Amino acid sequence: MSTTADPTVVPESLDRVIIRFAGDSGDGMQLTGDRFTSASAMFGNDLVTLPEYPAEIRAPAGTVAGVSAFQVHISDHDITTPGDAPNVLVAMNPAALLSELSKLEPGATVIINVDAFDERALAKAGYPEGHNPLTDGDLKGFNAYEIPMTSLTKQACEPLGVKPRDAERSKNLFALGLISWMYTRPEQVTIDWINEKFGSKPAVRDANLAAFRAGHAFGETAELFDHPYTVQPYEKPAGVYTSISGNTATAWGLVAASQLAKLPLFLGSYPITPASDILHELSKHKNFGVRTMQAEDEIAGIGAALGAAYGGHLAVTTTSGPGVALKSETIGLAISLELPLLIIDVQRGGPSTGLPTKTEQSDLLLAMYGHHGESPLPIVSASTPSGCFYAAIEAARIALKYRTPVFLLTDGYLANGAEPWLIPDVSTLPDISVSFTTEMNHIDDDGTPSLWPYLRDPETLSRPWVLPGTPGLEHRIGGIEKEDGRGNISYVPENHERMVHLRAAKIAGIAKDIPAAEVVGDVDDAEVLIVGWGSTWGAINGAMERVQADGRKVAHVQLTHLNPFPANLGEILHRYPKVVVPEMNMGQLSRLLRAEYLVDAKSVSKVKGLPFTAGELEAAILGALDD
Amino acid sequence: MTDTTIPITTRKDWTSDQEPRWCPGCGDYNILAAVQTLMPDLGVRREETVFVSGIGCAARFPYYMDTYGVHTIHGRAPAFATGLAVARPDLDIWVIGGDGDMLSIGGNHLIHALRRNVDLTILMFNNQIYGLTKGQYSPTSEVGKVTKSTPLGSLDHPFNPISVAIGAEATFVARTHDMDRKHMQATLTAAHAHKGAAFVEIFQNCNVFNDGAFEAVTGKANRDSMLIPLVHGEPIRFGAESEKGVMMGNDGRVRIVEVAEVGEANLLVHDETDAGLAFQLSRLSHGPYEPTPIGVFRSVDRPEYAEMVGEQLISANDAKGPGDLQSLLYSGATWTVE
Repeated sequence: MSTTADPTVVPESLDRVIIRFAGDSGDGMQLTGDRFTSASAMFGNDLVTLPEYPAEIRAPAGTVAGVSAFQVHISDHDITTPGDAPNVLVAMNPAALLSELSKLEPGATVIINVDAFDERALAKAGYPEGHNPLTDGDLKGFNAYEIPMTSLTKQACEPLGVKPRDAERSKNLFALGLISWMYTRPEQVTIDWINEKFGSKPAVRDANLAAFRAGHAFGETAELFDHPYTVQPYEKPAGVYTSISGNTATAWGLVAASQLAKLPLFLGSYPITPASDILHELSKHKNFGVRTMQAEDEIAGIGAALGAAYGGHLAVTTTSGPGVALKSETIGLAISLELPLLIIDVQRGGPSTGLPTKTEQSDLLLAMYGHHGESPLPIVSASTPSGCFYAAIEAARIALKYRTPVFLLTDGYLANGAEPWLIPDVSTLPDISVSFTTEMNHIDDDGTPSLWPYLRDPETLSRPWVLPGTPGLEHRIGGIEKEDGRGNISYVPENHERMVHLRAAKIAGIAKDIPAAEVVGDVDDAEVLIVGWGSTWGAINGAMERVQADGRKVAHVQLTHLNPFPANLGEILHRYPKVVVPEMNMGQLSRLLRAEYLVDAKSVSKVKGLPFTAGELEAAILGALDD
Repeated sequence: MTDTTIPITTRKDWTSDQEPRWCPGCGDYNILAAVQTLMPDLGVRREETVFVSGIGCAARFPYYMDTYGVHTIHGRAPAFATGLAVARPDLDIWVIGGDGDMLSIGGNHLIHALRRNVDLTILMFNNQIYGLTKGQYSPTSEVGKVTKSTPLGSLDHPFNPISVAIGAEATFVARTHDMDRKHMQATLTAAHAHKGAAFVEIFQNCNVFNDGAFEAVTGKANRDSMLIPLVHGEPIRFGAESEKGVMMGNDGRVRIVEVAEVGEANLLVHDETDAGLAFQLSRLSHGPYEPTPIGVFRSVDRPEYAEMVGEQLISANDAKGPGDLQSLLYSGATWTVE
């Protein structure tokens, strides 16, 4: 792979860098960030990304509301967050500069597309009349470079005969070329991608290639920069890696679960941000026997999935918070029918439409309690993008074994964020297959064999899974309360109470079948225990390192299973003097812990639609320690 | 080798051990008897037959059939059944519900199951009232209906279920009634034989909350003059002496005529493949107090949904080969750390 052309220039090595690409939502910033990430992943860095974009497909151009940004943190060591304050900002227009500048570290590098800074654009962005941030002191303390990216891109494209308006669209590739030079990224990764992606549109391909190369060449020749930088590869465990987002990992985890269970996969879903990509991804894999159905609404999505579960498929419905609300009644039916079903909630800011493209963890209590009647169900969560792969398999395992709907909670940050993933050898993944009941399972008092559809396995308390089509086992089930064992309709008071207790005991018993919670950090002498779940994992890790560097003792337990909790969790919680629970909600897990274990769990809350930074959590932990 | 012959059965084989819990005299008993006695003649296996229902009096139906059965939740039976049909195209699936279940709370699922043309036999028992909740007006109740929830009369204009189904692109649309087992069974046989979604409206008397709602058309004394049997390829005639018929006027509208006045040659010949005609015939009667067509309004061929889903799986398999999990995980850009 070629890097920089001039062998005399030696790049300066950095241990990490946080770059933020920002521009108008039409400027292609997500793509730019994504390509920089891919090149860095291929180069071997550890990395974490944070894409941020408006909910509108095209928010008013040039406004702060329309700014789309992509932050990527690359390093030569293990990192777990997209970084607190970026070291580099690429600002493609005034609105991006206005909205992003305050997020940077002091002295950060700011690379500005100066062509976009005319009076009209400044006004649109919301700068006061007569104020120009480039000349009026806004950039004081920053290392700013004003580069006419639009005109340089147009010049580069001119010999190709590309119309200036079309050429302008490639200016993000100019920025990518420049930053690729600055950080000595392998060029070929991007060039190959452009060739493949735009192979069928030669004019666009050539304009993008010209812009990318022009940006790269500009870095080399313009003498604006002393020298390029590099971030060396992270010495990760040996193996083959790929860059994976949470939604892709979830989709692949479902395909894997289907293979491991030896059952066909059925997805019933209705498009909703930020979950739709799971539907998109799964619909590509019909050669795995995956059936995807875009239903008429959220209710039909889960209804069809439950029908498929009854028919013997590994059935899934994917959604986000508002969709869960609509599915609630069918979740109750699935609990009553005791059929396996996965409900995947890619959480976003709520209530109502809320913040569709922003992340939150505010559906935990919805998953836990958001259904009618006494209706417990298992809840599994993922803590990292690649963790979604394993969480999907685990959720499927529990659903199949215990014949129950299971919630899998991810969130918008995990869904869209990407990280390098050591691809597992699939032969090491667990067998999660279960068997169907094909014969009578009970002898009636008069000696005749019969099928009791609610006769429970004494160990798991799960009921038989009998597929329609099985001769001799015809039977009827429904949402009305059933007689214990026999399964016929029963309104007998004692029977209902028994069934409520049996269903609860079945779910509670899963605690025996999940891994014990594991404490990391200063296990023996921590002053405080941090309890995390979901995507706060990365920030908790980052904060712990800093707190420990300050000489304080801190331990951490990250929960994958949120219902039931691991059997040893109560003992762990009572082992430490203080318990702190950071969540992107108003304290939902901390409430569950307080209620379940009578422990003084302190909530650290953030509900801005953004993940915690390590710095925020560091401050919160130190605050709790000195409380 | 598996035995491919369908076992000979009787009504008893299709009757479960559960005692029906409908009110004495309910029209649902007639429909149940018609279905139970019909099943042995349909050439199907009990174990491959599934009755799926929503909520309401009609929705208790699956409990009384000795087949597989699922009593789901209000309005959602078509959605559940669609998923089951896509997952298991080998099954023979019936969907049972009332007018409230299918046209009110579940209206959305009904129309989408119909337009997708999922291979379901959908029976909508229309009694123009909510029975299980003890007597509120339904989406098929006539305007002005005085019920517990509408003491001054209902204001809602009713659905015409046949028009709704045709408008939803249903490929099979029929109507029958609970007082005529022969007609019910002929209609259900045709519906069952149809590949794709078959919608059958069954006029059903609720003798407790809406007694006699259809008496004016289905009562023994009234049937000949008030029910207009539709038979594909035949002139549309009715009346005790077949003295009445249906004609298409010069204005393009269908109307009831005296055969003696217009001549038999001018009567409309029923064509169940003509969607426009089916829709016009569905508008001929404004309610069960005017001469009302029964039988198959529309029956056309269109590819069935689950079959198409299966074909996509096969073509994806042909194009890419059977899915290999390890290869899938390697399908993005990868790099090796030594």
